[in-house]
Amino acid sequence: MNAHPDHHIIVAPDDDGIAKGATLMEVKNVSLSFGGVKAITDISFDVRKGEIRAIIGPNGAGKTSMLNVINGFYTPQVGTITFRGQERRAMKPHHAVRQGIARTFQNVALFKGMSTLDNIMAGRSVKMKRSIGWQMLWHGPALAEEIEHREKVEEIIDFLEIEHIRRTPVGKLPYGLQKRVELGRALAMEPSLLLLDEPMAGMNLEEKEDMSRFILDVNQQRGTTIALIEHDMGVVMDLSDRVVVLDYGKKIADGPPEEVKNNQAVIDAYLGVPH
Amino acid sequence: MFYRVAGQYKTSYQADYALFPVKQDAWLLALVLIVAFVVFPLTASDFMFRALLIPVLIYALAALGLNILTGYAGQLSLGTGAFMGVGAYACYKIVTIFPELNIIVAIALSGFFSAAVGVAFGLPSLRIKGFYLAIATLAAQFFLVWLFQKWGWLYNYNASGAIQVPNTQMFGITVTGARASAMSQYFVVLSVVCIVTFLAINVTRGRIGRTWKAVRDMDIAAELVGINLMKAKLSAFFVSSYIVGIAGALFVFLWRGAAEADLFDIQLSFRVLFIAIIGGLGSILGNYLGALLIVALPVIIGTVPAMFGLPISSAMVEHLNTMIIGALIIGFLIVEPHGLARFWAVIREKLIIWPFPH
Repeated sequence: MNAHPDHHIIVAPDDDGIAKGATLMEVKNVSLSFGGVKAITDISFDVRKGEIRAIIGPNGAGKTSMLNVINGFYTPQVGTITFRGQERRAMKPHHAVRQGIARTFQNVALFKGMSTLDNIMAGRSVKMKRSIGWQMLWHGPALAEEIEHREKVEEIIDFLEIEHIRRTPVGKLPYGLQKRVELGRALAMEPSLLLLDEPMAGMNLEEKEDMSRFILDVNQQRGTTIALIEHDMGVVMDLSDRVVVLDYGKKIADGPPEEVKNNQAVIDAYLGVPH
Repeated sequence: MFYRVAGQYKTSYQADYALFPVKQDAWLLALVLIVAFVVFPLTASDFMFRALLIPVLIYALAALGLNILTGYAGQLSLGTGAFMGVGAYACYKIVTIFPELNIIVAIALSGFFSAAVGVAFGLPSLRIKGFYLAIATLAAQFFLVWLFQKWGWLYNYNASGAIQVPNTQMFGITVTGARASAMSQYFVVLSVVCIVTFLAINVTRGRIGRTWKAVRDMDIAAELVGINLMKAKLSAFFVSSYIVGIAGALFVFLWRGAAEADLFDIQLSFRVLFIAIIGGLGSILGNYLGALLIVALPVIIGTVPAMFGLPISSAMVEHLNTMIIGALIIGFLIVEPHGLARFWAVIREKLIIWPFPH
């Protein structure tokens, strides 16, 4: 049943007509507040095609809110987001998915009662088109479609080395594996922008190494652009091409890891200087 | 030993997606079908058909409909009885207006009416969840039963306020009405239930089934993988209410023979809900096991003590039945929330590895 081991290069990166290194997404002057609480104030940054972009900052800096704005959970009061050359207005998360944005959550958001296979297959829901009439009959077009997508999913399962838990309900899996399944589900959506919210939170060193390798492989083999939030500075400095630093909802630094590491504002934010 | 799966290799995804990837399951189902289609018709009495077999099938079908909504899509509903009523009254009106129409076609069409009503009362599910949604469906329950009583057109302005099933024939055999034989009714019900079950299995294991389960397990994450929550919830209400409506039409046309609005009151909703819970939420098989238990229990209490010469009054049967079912529901919710279907799954797992403990 396993796909051939040589199939490790998963699906070809989807071709959205944007050259590697060109701007894939641009966030411009975005502000978001809940009542009187300002979560994000006037933030601008861009994500280039093919890079790994890290968003860091102390707790409560507005990182997750930023991701929520990008994938449509929140609508910012001020500012615009341009994705693949298209400016976006208020939208629902499932619209963002259709545009090619996938995401994982800080605390795992899997479908607990479903198997690993079904969870990842669910990631392909948008790409499956057969109507309920065909599905009722099952044999014929619906089965052909199911098998076509199953093959893609099996490639992802192979890639993430989770063959042995294919049939296990994800609720029974340990945390590290759940995180991996969640990454698998996001990959199944074949996104052009993958948002990872603390992919390594709560992991031990070995699991972090595994996860880092998966992230790099996804980025290099599929050419998927990745924006990630992470608190482990070692991981962030090693993985990312560029880093944007938030503090109290404001952007305080933006640039390559070495530059950010030595930025006085960043050091102050992390060490805590009276504001 | 009998359930050995070793050696049954799948070499294609097609084989992996067979209805029964394990051969023994297919044999077991074949056996059940032979019993249902051949052995029962040859041996069962009219009492057996009318008191046990037909109601088990119809209740199982209603529970299957509810299970799609509650067990698969996670939307709690207390309006099942009323939706069955919509199916029954729709079927009655269709048969009145088009007397020439084949009864199976009429039943299939009546499902669409209950589906439409189900979707309308499912609209609140887009904003509210859990118990609050249950209350919204409860409104459907009371409103619809009231409508069945007050809207004379529905029951052709009968003085009694009840609907009386006319005699209809199929291939020259009377299948509904007072002159129909129990066996012919049994065959019609069995065929409809088998077909609907087959279609329901297919829907629940494909993309749409995954969509429903995703909404049930975590709606935020479901939206995140691109699932349109509105479509998913309303399609669950549609399919569920369609099946429930068909069950309601069968309930009146092929079993009760006549019905008043009170038949579809909240007692019926609870009864179907209990079947789904005892049988196992999120399972197809469970509906049959649950219906068998709920329908057979009063029959057993009514007949078995009499066999041993114990006099038992019908009121006593009623009380015992209520007590035992109440205890069973509490017991199941505590011990095995996944119901009888889960029990069977455990037994099957044990059989596969038997005689070894692991």
